[in-house]
Amino acid sequence: MSASVSAIPMDIAETSAPAVQIGDLHKNFGGLEVLKGLTFDVVEGQVVSILGSSGSGKSTLLRCINFLEAPSSGTITIGGETVRTKVGKTGDLVPADIGQLNRLRTSVGMVFQNFNLWSHKTVLENVMEGPVFVQGRPEAECREEAGEFLAKVGIYDKCDAYPAHLSGGQQQRAAIARVLAMHPAVMLFDEPTSALDPELVGEVLKVMRALADEGRTMLVVTHEMGFAREVSNRVIFLEKGTIEEDGSPEDVFGASKSERFRKFIAG
Amino acid sequence: MIDFAFMYEALIRLVGGVPLTLQLSLIASAFGVIFAVTAALMQLSDSRVLRAIADAYVFVIRGTPLLVQIFLIYYGMGQFDFIRHSFLWALLREPYWCAIFALMFNTGAYGSQIVRGGLLSVPKGQIEAARSCGMPTVMIYRRIILPLAIRQALPAYGNEIILLTKATSLASIITMMEITGVAAKMIAETYRVVEVFLVAGGLYLLINFVLSRGVAMLERRLMRHTRTDSSTRSVQRRAA
Amino acid sequence: MTGASFFDLMNFGPNGWGWALITAAGVTVMVALAGFSLGAVIGTFGAWAKISGRGPIRVAAEVYTTVLRGIPDLLVIFLFYFGGSLALTAVYKFFGGEGFVSFPGFTAGALAIGFTSGAQHTEVFRGAYGAISQGEIEAAKATGMSRMLLFRRIIMPLLLRYALPGLGNVWQVVLKESALVSVTGLVELVRQAQLGAGSTREPFSFFLAAAILFLVITFVSNRVFRFSEAYFSRGVRGTR
Ligand SMILES: Nc1ncnc2c1ncn2[C@@H]1O[C@H](COP(=O)(O)OP(=O)(O)O)[C@@H](O)[C@H]1O
Ligand SMILES: [Mg+2]
Repeated sequence: MSASVSAIPMDIAETSAPAVQIGDLHKNFGGLEVLKGLTFDVVEGQVVSILGSSGSGKSTLLRCINFLEAPSSGTITIGGETVRTKVGKTGDLVPADIGQLNRLRTSVGMVFQNFNLWSHKTVLENVMEGPVFVQGRPEAECREEAGEFLAKVGIYDKCDAYPAHLSGGQQQRAAIARVLAMHPAVMLFDEPTSALDPELVGEVLKVMRALADEGRTMLVVTHEMGFAREVSNRVIFLEKGTIEEDGSPEDVFGASKSERFRKFIAG
Repeated sequence: MIDFAFMYEALIRLVGGVPLTLQLSLIASAFGVIFAVTAALMQLSDSRVLRAIADAYVFVIRGTPLLVQIFLIYYGMGQFDFIRHSFLWALLREPYWCAIFALMFNTGAYGSQIVRGGLLSVPKGQIEAARSCGMPTVMIYRRIILPLAIRQALPAYGNEIILLTKATSLASIITMMEITGVAAKMIAETYRVVEVFLVAGGLYLLINFVLSRGVAMLERRLMRHTRTDSSTRSVQRRAA
Repeated sequence: MTGASFFDLMNFGPNGWGWALITAAGVTVMVALAGFSLGAVIGTFGAWAKISGRGPIRVAAEVYTTVLRGIPDLLVIFLFYFGGSLALTAVYKFFGGEGFVSFPGFTAGALAIGFTSGAQHTEVFRGAYGAISQGEIEAAKATGMSRMLLFRRIIMPLLLRYALPGLGNVWQVVLKESALVSVTGLVELVRQAQLGAGSTREPFSFFLAAAILFLVITFVSNRVFRFSEAYFSRGVRGTR
């Protein structure tokens, strides 16, 4: 367990296994160094809010975790298993074993800012797609379970609707149900409420809060300070590709030594 | 493998077909524009009869192969005594004129869709502005609508002329010795398919290149005073 | 031609040409379908080459589409028909045969149509691929889908949604292009009409019948395409 996690005074940090471990993660886009060597662990049951101004590398960090973006160097470890990589043509790391990566990806769910529901499938089909076709589980079982997850996020009545016919809040809740159906060990959220009209933000946050209360492991990039303060039990503040603050919400919000962080929350 | 001396000989003979190809294409497109504009105006007119006639014309031409249209004119017309005894027969028994008639009807139908799109693209406000300063309808068409519509339709119409030029190759099937006709004859005589194909194909590509350059230059001239960019409309293509 | 004589010729009795023309229409559809399918396969590779191919592969795809856009389809049919015949004859000679062996018109036609329409398919597929939202693809990757699964479950259905209108246009072109295969002697609709015209001396009636059958095929295939477009556009705003 790395120093940064044991530095956090939380009981779960001492008792739980690491769900995600990030080791010296670098990412360059051409000449631009976006992530400058990040190292931290996320343990099971932790809800981490990742804060930072626009362009600080938050999305890039999340996307490197499931290799939607190829890291330039460093290691990603999911549930104790490190993603095997090799150096690709562009000089970035590419998966050495795409089968291993795809297996690990099934245990890392991702919720996108723009929902990214599959537009040619109904809500129910979106939720069933992964369990049935990627995990190869029996269809009947998945259908029943999909219904339960949709009921849980409050859109069971929209089962047979296509994404284009839902509001943003409903689409994002469907996207969350789609992730839940995979029974992921970790859930990544990239600004899940940023594309929503203000009056729809609450319904999505409510679902996320319920997931946090269940003890799920979550990494949430967000600008919702209420969520960071009240729901998450760890806050990471990213600034220009380095971790500027990392600690419990009380410590970070209450007694941050970082001038930049104080400026950031002052808006 | 490929015999360059033969290709040179082929080039000399095939170039002999170029004037006829260009003639067919230019005459048919010149008359075709008249058909295109007339059909487009009919399709946009208030008269239900005119609209129906123009729609039927476009549907039938676009729904049948150019080759069948050529055969209907070249072989079909002779079936009727009254045509054989009319002044038209002087033209209709000539494959040259039959090819031009068919190409002209054909490009008129495809072109009408481009012209119609151009006419529809003229902003209503500009027409109303002209009307409100008392311009008569004919003048509105001549001074406002047509210039704007032509600018809009030009790139797509240029593409249509290129397609028409490709289509002139069908005239070879009714004995015309344009590029493809000469090519077919050479293939039958020499069996040198690949060489003849390469040279003939190269000539067509060259003609298309020159045509598209010409259209682009014309477009730039017409666009001189405007800064709006012209978006190329996609046109349904004919089999040629 | 009188009305009576047209229907006398085109009836389905023992002396009528009805069945012969219907059968020939079937051949037209078959050769068009074969060429269209081959073109779709070529177009899939062409689009892939243009989207993600390396330098030389991308350039080759670019050259292919540019060249095929400019060369008359009839020339390409000559290339495949006479080129194929020459190759067959060479093989036949090699095994001690004598004389000229002609290449099957159906195969030559389907290959030529596939080769020419492949260029159009390439553009249609490339455009459609560009229309797919990258987010939907990323969501599938994040779910752990393999490339095969991603292609089959997500990309293919979305690709078809965006490609179908373009494919409908390509099909219309291919259908009309199939008329040119008559030059190989394949008894499709146009060739059958020529045969009928020759033996009855009523060319107008026969080419008119061919034109009508082409319109029927066009009409029916339009329906099929419209139906499939509705199916693959499920989930698009404004449709249900
Ligand atoms: N695909 C890319 N190519 C080039 N630069 C990129 C790319 N993705 C992100 N960047 C750059 O990386 C930096 C961090 O981006 P991002 O991780 O999206 O920031 P955040 O999510 O914190 O707003 C930005 O300067 C952005 O312009
Ligand atoms: Mg971001």
